[in-house]
Amino acid sequence: MRLRIGTWTWVAALAAGVVLVSVSVVSTQQPAARAYRAPRAPDGHPNLNGIWQAMNTAHWDIEAHSAGPSAVRDLGAAGAVPAGLGVVEGGELPYRPEALTKKKENLADRLKLDPEIKCYLPGVPRATYMPFPFQIIQGGEHVMLVHEFAGAVRTVYMTNQTEAPADSWMGWSNGRWEGESLVVDTRGFNDLSWFDRAGNFHSDALHVVERFTPRSADTLLYEATIEDPKVFTRPWKMSMPLYRRVEANAQILEFRCVEFVEDLMYGHLRKEPRKQ
Amino acid sequence: MSCRLGIVSAAMLVSGIAALAGHAALAGQAPPAQSATPRAVSGATPARAWVQPRTPDGQPDLQGFWSNSTYVPLERPNAVTKAFYTPEEAAAIRKAAASREQAQTAPGTVDDVHYDFSQFGLDRSQAAQAPNLRTSLIIDPPDGKIPPMTEDGRRRVAEREAATKGVGRWDSAESNQLDDRCLIMAGAGPPMMDAAYNSNYHIVQAPGYVMILTEMIHDVRVIPLDGRAAPSERVRQWMGTSRGRWEGDTLVVETTNFNGKNPFRNSSERMRVTERFRRVSDQVILYGFTIDDPSTWTRPWTAEMPMQKTTGPLFEHACHEGNFGLYNTLVGARLEEQRAAEAARTPKK
Amino acid sequence: MKHFRVVVAGLAALVWAVPAVVLGQSAAPARSAAAGATSAASKPYVVPRTADGQPDLQGFWTNSTYVPLERPANVNKEFYTPEEAIAVEKSAAARESEQTEPGTVADVHYDFTQFGLDRSQSTFARSLRTSLIVDPPDGRIPPLTAEGQKRTAERAAARKAMGGQYDAVQNMPIGSRCIIMGGAGPPMMNAGYNANYQIVQAPGVVMILTEMIHDVRIIPLDGRTAPSPGVRQWTGVSRGRWEGTTLVVETTNFNGKNPFRGASEGMKVTERFTRVAADRVLYRFTVEDSSTWAKPWTAEMPMAKTDGPIFEFACHESNYGIANILAGARADEKRAAETAAKKGSN
Repeated sequence: MRLRIGTWTWVAALAAGVVLVSVSVVSTQQPAARAYRAPRAPDGHPNLNGIWQAMNTAHWDIEAHSAGPSAVRDLGAAGAVPAGLGVVEGGELPYRPEALTKKKENLADRLKLDPEIKCYLPGVPRATYMPFPFQIIQGGEHVMLVHEFAGAVRTVYMTNQTEAPADSWMGWSNGRWEGESLVVDTRGFNDLSWFDRAGNFHSDALHVVERFTPRSADTLLYEATIEDPKVFTRPWKMSMPLYRRVEANAQILEFRCVEFVEDLMYGHLRKEPRKQ
Repeated sequence: MSCRLGIVSAAMLVSGIAALAGHAALAGQAPPAQSATPRAVSGATPARAWVQPRTPDGQPDLQGFWSNSTYVPLERPNAVTKAFYTPEEAAAIRKAAASREQAQTAPGTVDDVHYDFSQFGLDRSQAAQAPNLRTSLIIDPPDGKIPPMTEDGRRRVAEREAATKGVGRWDSAESNQLDDRCLIMAGAGPPMMDAAYNSNYHIVQAPGYVMILTEMIHDVRVIPLDGRAAPSERVRQWMGTSRGRWEGDTLVVETTNFNGKNPFRNSSERMRVTERFRRVSDQVILYGFTIDDPSTWTRPWTAEMPMQKTTGPLFEHACHEGNFGLYNTLVGARLEEQRAAEAARTPKK
Repeated sequence: MKHFRVVVAGLAALVWAVPAVVLGQSAAPARSAAAGATSAASKPYVVPRTADGQPDLQGFWTNSTYVPLERPANVNKEFYTPEEAIAVEKSAAARESEQTEPGTVADVHYDFTQFGLDRSQSTFARSLRTSLIVDPPDGRIPPLTAEGQKRTAERAAARKAMGGQYDAVQNMPIGSRCIIMGGAGPPMMNAGYNANYQIVQAPGVVMILTEMIHDVRIIPLDGRTAPSPGVRQWTGVSRGRWEGTTLVVETTNFNGKNPFRGASEGMKVTERFTRVAADRVLYRFTVEDSSTWAKPWTAEMPMAKTDGPIFEFACHESNYGIANILAGARADEKRAAETAAKKGSN
């Protein structure tokens, strides 16, 4: 007698539990983001080693944009601009008025002014979302970011951190771990790189704080906060996933593009025009 | 025995009530006008109570091949004042239209150069059409006509016309019509208007998405059902951006972010199109759309048309890839100019 | 109880002692003047390990040296005495310090010593060797095969057909064009300045950053095979493995545009990196190219620990030199043409 009541209580509790679980599953529109815990590298920190690549149109234009024709007519659809929903949080870049004018000038004259076209080092954060892979090599004192585009390389100093001794294209990076994220603080930029092919630019006051956070076995969440009081009225942020290149033979290959731009840059200085 | 009968009766009663409720739901959701029941549209009595089929993930099943070919014009003809023809009147109209389509053009004339639709089975009389007794696709305003334009709308029309003055149709590729350039068919929409031929659609559903493929020019809309907001104003597309949701058994699709380059009836970029798809029988999807563009019309307006189940497949419409027409037309135009110029230089005999 | 505590203390001591041994801080820095021989210093050095157990080569290194690749013609022995070596270094340093005549062409190029770039002001690991080449024993590159000679001649002819050095940017040295420094390798030869490297290791990977021109080799250790011959690179494609405490790196798939001493695209370079002291890595490379040399040949050089950081070498981005040289050449031609025209019209 007593046992049977107990049994029914169990059944009722089980049923209630099932109902609660299914209600919560059904009623949840967007499942709450479960914090992913990445496997550890031998140094005990989250393992970010691997080859990563962004898959979006931020390299064309970090703001939302429709599709558009190529700046080079003869490339036709191969040089045309795909549409993008934008990676800038809040939508629009908070340019100072005179800086917005400069951005528009950059855009109008981008074939001559975009440093990417001349195979110049891409700067930060543009290097991250170029349509080329990069490899993270997590040593103890240094985390290296090795980019395929133009062989650009960033050293993130995890110890013996100093200020930038001089300006550079890729900046001077100091890094630290915050929980599951690698936080990279970079200053010491020159003002010669752009953020994208649409003429979005910065000054030498640029300060970038990036976070690389594993969000699954093969993806990272990449966030970058940009601060540049000479160009923008306030800091702003971009974010995007980075995807692991999982093919077995994935590797960073050479993209030594200097050779590919010599005719463009110095062809007018040839003694004789190139024989076609 | 009687028990089983009782169960069957109960089942039929329930499904019948469900079907009625479904119809009522659609009628209630077509603001502001109410659509007629399928009976009046089809002119035939409905068969035994039909149950809405569902996809494995529970969406009402709209999948398959559909045609919205029709003889019904968007706006009610001036001579007509009623909303519905009788079945006989409708049949007579179809017959007259069909025989016009079949009339052979005189060989050797310009009219004859363009292919004869009926030869290739492309004309409307040979297309799958859902029965429709309406005198216009527009059901609201009740007079079956597009409402008056605003001042802004009229000004925009004038500006567009002024822009084309002095530009010859054969001056360049860009001065041609959008369909001749194989960019998009004017009626691709949304809203999806009936095309003169190949007015066919393929609908495929998957969890969270409804895909509509319009045969010409292989235009696909992938409509998410997850309630996302419209994208930034900076993202503008020929077909806008669509977002859908189910209201009962009706798929409601809202589209904004048009780029204004294929303006539906002279609308602006700001046009908002709300479409409704409801499968009312095995053979018919009732398709309705409301146009809301305060910068162009003084009030929203609504049209409705049935889509008829048809046989697939949809063939690849590789318009641009086969666009010898545009090229040859331009070559011909330049040649004519050259000849005219030479004739002008040559002294007359 | 007391006994137990002693045992525990003993065990604890052992636990602390073992890692210290493994991490191997060698007792004294091994930079001795006598360290010209290939063997390590007298006290056996235990290589520290990275967190994932690889022998630790990490840090900043330089292979700056006064030792030439090939033994000088008038030298017949393998090693100098320490005094001889110092004398060689001293006279080389003096040559580096000589101020060029102000106003001469030679003076236009910057004086290395002013910027502390010359070898005498850089860190380098002393070596008593008279040549970097250790095999063949005569310390010289073996003779070219007939095919190798033919290829060298063809290359020279092709280069001549391109015209003068300043006719076009492609006629200038690849280092001046900022594509790659001739000695970037592999094998990694000693640059005249900034002969610096940074090595970083992670599980399965060794990365070597060469300062000029920020060249990075990422060497996988997973045993993968060489890629298809369709993939050819300036620095080839490298694959590595550990043999004991030596990193062995094989590189093939060169594109032949920066031929090392006349080699062909088919060259295979095998490098060996062994950390022989806290501040010294022994770097050894073998070049195999049967279409160019009848036998493989091997060279060896020490790499000395140096201070970081490695600065960004944005060569191309600041390459005013090349544009100005070409513009100058074109200006010279124009002037010459104008002068000739004037003479002709007189």
